Amino acid sequence: MSQTDQVSPNARKAGRYLYIATVVFLCAWVLVPLYLLFVNALSSAEAVNSFPKSALPEFDLGSLSFFAKFQGILDALKNSLIVATMTMVMSIAIGAPAGYALSRFEFRGKATFRLLILMTRAFPLPLLALPLAIMFIRTGLDDTALGLAFVHTTLAVPFAVLITFSLFSGIPLELEEAAWTLGCTRLTAFTKVVLPLILPGITASAIFAFVISWNEVFAAAVLTIENRTLTAFLLQNLDTTAIHLKFAGGFILVLPALIFIFAVRKYLFAMWGIANR
Amino acid sequence: MAEIQIKNVEKWFGSYQALKSIDLTISDQEFMVLLGASGCGKTTLLRIIAGLETASQGEVWINDRRIDHLAPKDRGIAMVFQNYAVFPHLTVFENIGFGLRMQRRPNHEVKARVERNAELMHIEQLLGRYSGELSGGQRQRVAVARALAMEPDVILMDEPLSNLDALLRLEMRAELKGVLAESKTTAIYVTHDQVEAMSLADRISVMHQGRIIQAADPLSVYRDPAERFVGSFIGNPPMNFLPATPEGGGKWRVAGQSYAGPKTDHTALDFAIRPEDLQPSAAGLAAVVKVVEPLGAHVLVTCAIDGQMFRAVLDSDTKLAAGETITLQPNADRIRWFDPQSQVLVR
Repeated sequence: MSQTDQVSPNARKAGRYLYIATVVFLCAWVLVPLYLLFVNALSSAEAVNSFPKSALPEFDLGSLSFFAKFQGILDALKNSLIVATMTMVMSIAIGAPAGYALSRFEFRGKATFRLLILMTRAFPLPLLALPLAIMFIRTGLDDTALGLAFVHTTLAVPFAVLITFSLFSGIPLELEEAAWTLGCTRLTAFTKVVLPLILPGITASAIFAFVISWNEVFAAAVLTIENRTLTAFLLQNLDTTAIHLKFAGGFILVLPALIFIFAVRKYLFAMWGIANR
Repeated sequence: MAEIQIKNVEKWFGSYQALKSIDLTISDQEFMVLLGASGCGKTTLLRIIAGLETASQGEVWINDRRIDHLAPKDRGIAMVFQNYAVFPHLTVFENIGFGLRMQRRPNHEVKARVERNAELMHIEQLLGRYSGELSGGQRQRVAVARALAMEPDVILMDEPLSNLDALLRLEMRAELKGVLAESKTTAIYVTHDQVEAMSLADRISVMHQGRIIQAADPLSVYRDPAERFVGSFIGNPPMNFLPATPEGGGKWRVAGQSYAGPKTDHTALDFAIRPEDLQPSAAGLAAVVKVVEPLGAHVLVTCAIDGQMFRAVLDSDTKLAAGETITLQPNADRIRWFDPQSQVLVR
């Protein structure tokens, strides 16, 4: 038999401890900052600045309600929503057909194309920011929601392509073929069979694009001045505000993204090739 | 009325030729089975008829209409897929009625035809269910009912029973035969299972390496294989072969025995006999018994003649043990001869 079967009980036990420790560490890595953010955002200014801290939040809404009244925040929120919605629509409009083509057709350079899609994420945004800003100013796209949405779409499209590719691949070609033999054209087979099956996944992919745009701060800060999105607005203003307000601002930013990602987690697993559960 | 004519159809996948000059006529209401091992081109041929694949060359006609340039939906065909392809987002009723809805048939007609075909396939109590709530056998019934509801000229089936367990396969096989005979539809059925082919077909087309080797009724295919390949592919256990040398005057020497064969000037032939056409006898081919397998109805004896594997299916009362020598007499009417070079039947 293979030698791997003959691991001593001690080594197996040690391996198991290491495994548990890693899991705990990774969970803590993600959860502790979230927890601190949560506690501090819901505490009064005094509690945030005092020491020792309480482990439980006071559920003081002072900081958060201050934010609601903050000058310009509602406009920034509105801008964020507009840009994120545009990003969502554009990345699905571009990404889903590409995902369908990748899953259904064989064509020259398919593997390269898939790699190139990922490669678009290899260029750091700061590198592109200056040329983009100049180009946008020349074309008049600077400081507009549409211009920013273009940049965010560029960031979100690779994910939209990969997610929809895996979704389309999960739908057997035979279903489409059956529809063709039963009187459908390529288009009606798509709308009557593929689309209803894929709609939940498309929704998830759209939400993911929305979150990417919602969270993006660098391009938003560089390319907008008057029409800032929430992230850019907070980045600009929180620098100079008190720490309890920083916590509240962070909380406002994190919460929607967290909820969205949690809602679509199953499809994100699918994207990386982990079986749906 | 639906007669299908396939004229000189070829299919290339890049530099690989999947189908080589296929000519085949299937008459109205005929049940034609395309039989062959995987990769022989049988599914490709079926998909070309369905319009899911385009032929590189050649023509397909249904009645007096050339259809090879038409979309699948305009060919008057319906297809049953190996994995059923029952739409998971629709109920059984909507699945069976899918094609009729696409044709914009009135509601009452859809309802009547769905119910009639569901009854035919014994799934009338499942009409409200989704495919996720059905067993494999039930899904298969839905797929067949959906194809029949179209009332097509031709029904195409791609290994429809291969995903069912053995018992269900037997049951569905008999049922399919009855239902299709009733519907008077021309049927083309692809399978790699020779028993399925024998039991269902009016005619079998045996395919091998992109060619149709023989297209004939099941018994002819079994008794008079056109090529050595057909004899060894059809029948379980397959045909036995032994080399033969001419003795002159139509006599051939096979393992030390003399048998009457074709009067040809071949320098060698292959002698062929089915395992069930052998009888233990005082004279005949001397064989050393290697394995004895009692199968209830009969006993399967694997032996060696001149170092060649040779099988016989004998009466179950035959008492034999490994290592013994027996003499087997072939039924003279059932001996066949093949050319060892071209592999074709020599009469």
